[in-house]
Amino acid sequence: MWRSSASFILDKHLNNKPISITHSIDSPPPPSASMADENPNPNPISAYYETRAAHHGIVTSEWLEQAQAAVQRYPDRENSVSPVSGSPFSVIEEFNSWRQQPDLAEAVAAIRALAAVIRASEATTMMELEIELKKASDTLKAWDTTSISLTAGCDLFMRYVTRTSALEFEDFNSAKSRVLGRAEKFGEISCKARRVIAILSQDFIFDGCTILVHGFSRVVFEILKTSAQNKKLFRVLCTEGRPDKTGVLLAKELAKLDIPVKLLIDSAVAYSMDEVDMVFVGADGVVESGGIINMMGTYQIALVAHSMNKPVYVAAESYKFARLYPLDQKDLEPALRPNDFNVPVPPKVEVERSARDYTPPQYLTLLFTDLGVLTPSVVSDELIQLYL
Amino acid sequence: MESRRNPRAVVDPKVRQVGFFTSSQPDSSSTQQQQQQTDPIPASASSPPVSTISPSGNSLSPVMIPPPRLNSSDTFPLRGAAAGASSAVSPSSFSYSNRRDFPDGSTTASPGRHSRGSFVKSSAPVASSLPGIGMDSMAAAKSSSVPASGLTTVSVVTMPPGLAEKASGMEVQSDQKKNPKSLKEKTTKAERRAIQEAQRAAKAAAKADGGKVPPGTSASVASTSVKVAKPAKPSTQKNEVSVAAGVTEKKGGPSEKDRKKDAPHPRMQYDDESRVVKAKRRAVVKQTEAKNRVELFRHLPQYEHGTQLPDLETKFFQLDPMHPAVYKVGLQYLSGDISGGNARCIAMLQAFQEVVKDYSTPPEKNLNRDMTAKISSYVSFLIECRPLSISMGNAIRFVKNRIAKLPITLSESEAKAALQSDIERFINDKIIGADMVIVKHAVTKIRDGDVLLTYGSPTAVEMILLHAHELKKKFRVLVVDSRPKLEGQLLLRRLIKRGISCTYTHINAISYIMHEVTKVFLGASSVLSNGTVYSRVGTACVAMVASAFRVPVLVCCEAYKFHERVQLDSICSNELGDPNAISKVHGREDINYLDGLTNNANLQFLNLMYDATPSDYISMIITDYGMVPPTSVPVIVREYQKEHLLV
Repeated sequence: MWRSSASFILDKHLNNKPISITHSIDSPPPPSASMADENPNPNPISAYYETRAAHHGIVTSEWLEQAQAAVQRYPDRENSVSPVSGSPFSVIEEFNSWRQQPDLAEAVAAIRALAAVIRASEATTMMELEIELKKASDTLKAWDTTSISLTAGCDLFMRYVTRTSALEFEDFNSAKSRVLGRAEKFGEISCKARRVIAILSQDFIFDGCTILVHGFSRVVFEILKTSAQNKKLFRVLCTEGRPDKTGVLLAKELAKLDIPVKLLIDSAVAYSMDEVDMVFVGADGVVESGGIINMMGTYQIALVAHSMNKPVYVAAESYKFARLYPLDQKDLEPALRPNDFNVPVPPKVEVERSARDYTPPQYLTLLFTDLGVLTPSVVSDELIQLYL
Repeated sequence: MESRRNPRAVVDPKVRQVGFFTSSQPDSSSTQQQQQQTDPIPASASSPPVSTISPSGNSLSPVMIPPPRLNSSDTFPLRGAAAGASSAVSPSSFSYSNRRDFPDGSTTASPGRHSRGSFVKSSAPVASSLPGIGMDSMAAAKSSSVPASGLTTVSVVTMPPGLAEKASGMEVQSDQKKNPKSLKEKTTKAERRAIQEAQRAAKAAAKADGGKVPPGTSASVASTSVKVAKPAKPSTQKNEVSVAAGVTEKKGGPSEKDRKKDAPHPRMQYDDESRVVKAKRRAVVKQTEAKNRVELFRHLPQYEHGTQLPDLETKFFQLDPMHPAVYKVGLQYLSGDISGGNARCIAMLQAFQEVVKDYSTPPEKNLNRDMTAKISSYVSFLIECRPLSISMGNAIRFVKNRIAKLPITLSESEAKAALQSDIERFINDKIIGADMVIVKHAVTKIRDGDVLLTYGSPTAVEMILLHAHELKKKFRVLVVDSRPKLEGQLLLRRLIKRGISCTYTHINAISYIMHEVTKVFLGASSVLSNGTVYSRVGTACVAMVASAFRVPVLVCCEAYKFHERVQLDSICSNELGDPNAISKVHGREDINYLDGLTNNANLQFLNLMYDATPSDYISMIITDYGMVPPTSVPVIVREYQKEHLLV
């Protein structure tokens, strides 16, 4: 799967844009560091969405600049993060320390944490190492069952790292270093993914177009930012993104880049759809049917766009491909989230608190992934090839 | 050359045992036909030795080949065809005698057989035994319009026998080579180019002349150019002689081809009368065809059921080449005792296991090839009993592939053991094991409070429901059924015995009942490359109603049933059931409206067995490789077949 990664595009573009990605180490402590402690995650609120909310609080352009500066100042720090053995190693702690970096997707954090597991492992045989890795990934998955990308990232990492026949013929140390190399490479690819997608999608944004976006997707933001840097003239309609107002945040960031932005309430999508040329959404997870699981409201936007023959583009990194196959909206692990209606909810009234919905593949036009621009049906093909 | 020749001599006898037609009647009739066809032509040739040939032509083959060969009549259809073709050409006698020149030349010598033997030895190793002639005759039939070679052979025939023997030795030889050659020559580039050039030249000339008299000149130019082209022949011939010999060599294994022709094609077009007649001649099962058939479905076989069973049962001890296990399975197919894709496939494979167990390689034969031939003949018998399902086709392909891939170094017992274990593994992994995996996947989709609809009696779905019940999931089952088979009642019985709450209805009520359904589980006979599900008739109807009600449709199908074919409708490939099954209602004597009308020319019964559901109506296909959308079927077919070849 990753052999076919389109990341070569990055290398081509690297000359033009020296500063590409920033996975920084010196991240300022996030405001909600406390939640890292609640390991079994007892409350029904989806940890995934809490993390997202925490990140949204601080992903600002100023912060990114700082982070970049920090990376440039200490370019060699990345390698020194490997934990000092001695104290009992915990995947969750490692994962949380990675997760606190706002620009790092949860799956990438998990991948890095798992790579750290390999590094810290004291196993002496391949089998032991594999079991240890399996245990770690299971712990991670159990930490937050609602996060699709976390689960998918862990699964893919396991497949990618352990699926090599060459391991059986080597002595343990070289095999381990090989596994470690693969793990690093996987982390690298995952980090670059967003950049690759941004570059791939440039062909689809033309001058004078109007783009509807929903929610705050870091990939979509990257795409729009790249287009703006490429001097494309376009207009963006942002939905409000209730209840956590992610759309407002995105609108603010886009306005900083001097992109004309208009903010809509979520229920005005159909009203303004006729002036829209294309819809861009991110994804929490891409499922086997080729459909996506994304923030609540994506499904209805896709439905409206489909009925008005507007293309719906999904930007998603390939580590979000999950072996799930929901048949309908309710066929999912529910991810709940507090809903703030700004007014006291009357008693005896039930509140729908689900945070995401499932958009079936027939309403999607294309998926922009780091494997290339795919039609929805290719997702399943890639997954079959990877898992079988 | 020698080394190539020898194996063929070994291969030849194999042909004789292929084909399970023991009844001598069709054969004798065919030989009679043969004689009828051969007789008049020598008469027209009116050369005394030739007239004696026609019987000798038939008695000739026993020289090289033991008697059973005659009965199996492998080369005869070929010859008959050749004769037919050549006689259709107007100067038939020439081409015909040309075709026969080889045997003629040799047999005219009075001590024919001996001399022939020596001739074969002395003149050239290339001179082939009968298969070669078969080949030759084929080539000649094609090339019958080439007069030159025909002329030379006439001279051969008229030559006194003694002389002809030695003189014609080489000539016949060369003729033999020339014939395939000359037929190729007809279409060689050189000639065509010459004609083209001539035409071009004519055009140029016409232009130069100012368009005065083109037709005549161009014709003459063309003719001359053709003449020019003719001398060019020999030179190319020399180059190609060896090639031609090689070609005859390859074609010379007529056995393989013929045997393939033996088995009726799985999708034979039954509205092609000549083929049907041919197939019937070979058939063991004498099915009587139904008279009134629906126009669109004439290409499918339709038989009056129930007539042939006793007849076949009596034949049980006569059918020598048929293995009893295969015979039993065939009869069970015929009577309908075994139905359902998996059951039929497993029964067939187990019969094949028996075959392998009892198999011993005949002397001078190759296990790989002989076994494949045997399996082919059994398969054609099974097809006569009931058309193959796609899953069975895949299983047969697997078995044949395994046989072909057997290492030549294995001893017979080892090979047999390997084969048996391979078949065993196929049954266990691809059918039984696959069902387990499907059940495991599908159960995750069943939630408390579900109302599940199923149609007919798919085995995989039954296992899923039972397993979900064992897991204490609370759900209700709606069994939809249809006439005439009413398989759903069997399923219903088994489900109720386990204490699952069920509703039973017929497909007529599907649109009423669908609104309360939460999921539809269907089985499939096959899933095709474009995601089309080929299944029990009525499935498409259920799937369409379900998708109209926005109820997810889950199709459970083992991956070995996937096929790379693409089918858009259920017409071109289907199976017709017994028309009586729909015209009569058993146990209801009061419903007799159609009595006495079954043979009415205005009444046609259509009892289709399968239909094709387009992939649009299918939400998910559950296979042993997981849950996939119908668009991913080609990927699985690709991966699966790769595995097939590698394992």
